[in-house]
Amino acid sequence: MRGSRRLLIVGGIALAVWGMSYGLWYAVFAEHQALDSIGASLAGSFAAAADRNPAVVESSLARYREAKYIYDRQVDVHGHWIGLAMLLIVLGIGFDRVNFSERWKVLLAAGLLLGAVVFPLGVLLQTMSHGPAPRAIAIAGSGLMIAGMVGTMIGAVMPSRGAA
Amino acid sequence: MSESSTLPQISARRPPELTGFAAMGARRLLLLGGIGLILTGMLFGDIFAVFTLHQNAGRVGASLAAAAQAALAGNRPGVLANFKDVGAFLENRGTKVDTHVHMIDFGYLALLLAILQPWVGFSEGAKKRLAWIFLTGAWLLPVGVYLIHYVGLAGSPFQAIGWASIAADFGGLLVLIVTLGSLAGLWAYFRGERGGFEDGLLGERSAEGRMLFAGGMVLVLLGFLHGAYDAAANLYKHEAQDYTLLAQMSGGAAAGNGTAVDTALAGYGQLQGAKAVNIAAHAHAIEFGLLAVMMAFFQPYVRLRASWKRRWAKILLLGSLLLPVCVLLELRYGLLAGGVADLGGLLVILALLAMWIGVLRYTGELDAEVRARSRTGSAR
Repeated sequence: MRGSRRLLIVGGIALAVWGMSYGLWYAVFAEHQALDSIGASLAGSFAAAADRNPAVVESSLARYREAKYIYDRQVDVHGHWIGLAMLLIVLGIGFDRVNFSERWKVLLAAGLLLGAVVFPLGVLLQTMSHGPAPRAIAIAGSGLMIAGMVGTMIGAVMPSRGAA
Repeated sequence: MSESSTLPQISARRPPELTGFAAMGARRLLLLGGIGLILTGMLFGDIFAVFTLHQNAGRVGASLAAAAQAALAGNRPGVLANFKDVGAFLENRGTKVDTHVHMIDFGYLALLLAILQPWVGFSEGAKKRLAWIFLTGAWLLPVGVYLIHYVGLAGSPFQAIGWASIAADFGGLLVLIVTLGSLAGLWAYFRGERGGFEDGLLGERSAEGRMLFAGGMVLVLLGFLHGAYDAAANLYKHEAQDYTLLAQMSGGAAAGNGTAVDTALAGYGQLQGAKAVNIAAHAHAIEFGLLAVMMAFFQPYVRLRASWKRRWAKILLLGSLLLPVCVLLELRYGLLAGGVADLGGLLVILALLAMWIGVLRYTGELDAEVRARSRTGSAR
C-alpha cells in the first residue's frame, strides 16, 4: 500500500477513534448537563417574564445563549470529526484512481488529513474563545478539505500516465 | 461477457476463503450487517420524517407558544408546565434523530471496515470476533438511544443518566474498541507488509462502479460547498436571530405586549425551519455521496444483471440528489417539496435494498460452490 493511501486510511481511522472517544466522553460527562442548563435557563427567562422581572429575563437569556452556543458546537465537532474521518478512509480506498504522481498524492492526502483535523478543532476552540482566531482556523480547515476534494476529483478524471 | 454473468472473476477462479468473502467471514458479516444497519436507519428516518417529525415540531411550537402566553398572563406555574412539555418533546425528537444518524453512520463504518479487512493483520477468527462485537455495539447504541425517552431514569443509580443511556454508551464503547482494534490490525499488517498484495474488489472499474464513484464524489463536494456557504452566510445570523426572537418573546411577555410575543413566536418557528432544512440538506448530500462511493467498491459482489446494476446505481444517485435539493425547497414550496424529498429517500432505500439482495445472491452462489467442491473432494 502506497504512502498517500496509507496516510488517508490510517489517519482516517485514528481520527474516527478520536471523534468517537470525544463523543463518548461528551455523552457520559457533558451532554445531559448541557441540555439541563439550556432548558433551565430558557424556562427561567420565561418564568421571570411571568414575574415581570426584566433583569432576570435578560440574565437567564444570556445564560441560554452561551450554553446553546457551546452545545451546538460540541455536537458539531463530534459529528464532523467522525464524518470527515469516514471521508478520508473512503478517499484512501479509492486513491489509486487519482492519476497524480505519488509525491503530489502524499501532499494531497496530507492536506486532506490536516483539514479534517483542523476544521472541527477550530469549531471546538470557538467554545473557549469568541475571537477571530478559532473561526480562522475552522475556515482554513474547511478550505483545505474542499481544495483536497477538488484536487482528488481532478486527479480522478485525468487520464492515467500509463494510458496513452 | 453476457449480461447475466457479471459475477466477479475472483469467485469463479478462486475459492471464497481466498477472496476474503467466506461464509460468516468478517468481510461478509460487516458488509451485510452494514447495509442492514443503513437500510434500517434510513427506513426509520423516513418513517420518523413522515409520521413524527412535523407533528413533533408542531407540538414543540404549540407548547412554546403556550409558555409565552402563560408568561404574558403572569402565570408562572403555566410557564414551567409548558416548558416541561417542550423538554419532553425535544428529547423525544432528539433521541429519534440520534437513532437514525448513529445507525446509518455505524453502517457506513461497517462498510469501510469490510473493505479494509484484507489489510487488517489478524487471523480470520480474530477478525470475525471483532466484526461480531462491532455489530453488537452498532445495534446497541441506537436501540439504547431510542429507548432513552421511554425508560428515562427508572431504576437508575445515577442522577442524570438512565439505563438506556448506559446501554447506548456501552454500545458506543464496543464500536470504539473494534475501530481501535482495526487500527492495530492495520498497523500489524503494515509492519510485516509483503509487497504485491492487490484486493480484486478495488481494481473493479465497471460502468456502474464508475458512475457511483463519480456521482458520489460530486454529491460530497456539493454538500461541502453548501455547508461552507451556510456556515458563512447563516450560522451567526441565525444564532443572533434565535436570541433576539426569544428576547422579544420573553421581554414582550414581561412588558405585557401580546403583539410582540405573537410576532416573535411566528418568526421563531420560521427560523427553526430554515436552520433545520439547511443542516439536513448539507448532511444528506454528504452522507448519500459517501454511500454511493462505498457501494461503488462493492459492485463486484452485487449479483444482478449488468443493466439492472446500472439502473439501481442511477436510482441511488437520483434519490441522493432529490432528497437534499427538495429539502432545501421545503421553505418555498412546503409539503410538496417535502413529499418529493421523502420520495428521494425512498428511492435510495430501494436501490440499496436491491444491491443488498444482489450481494445475498452472490453469497448464496459462493456457498453453493464451496459445498459442491467439498462434496467432490470427499467423493474422491
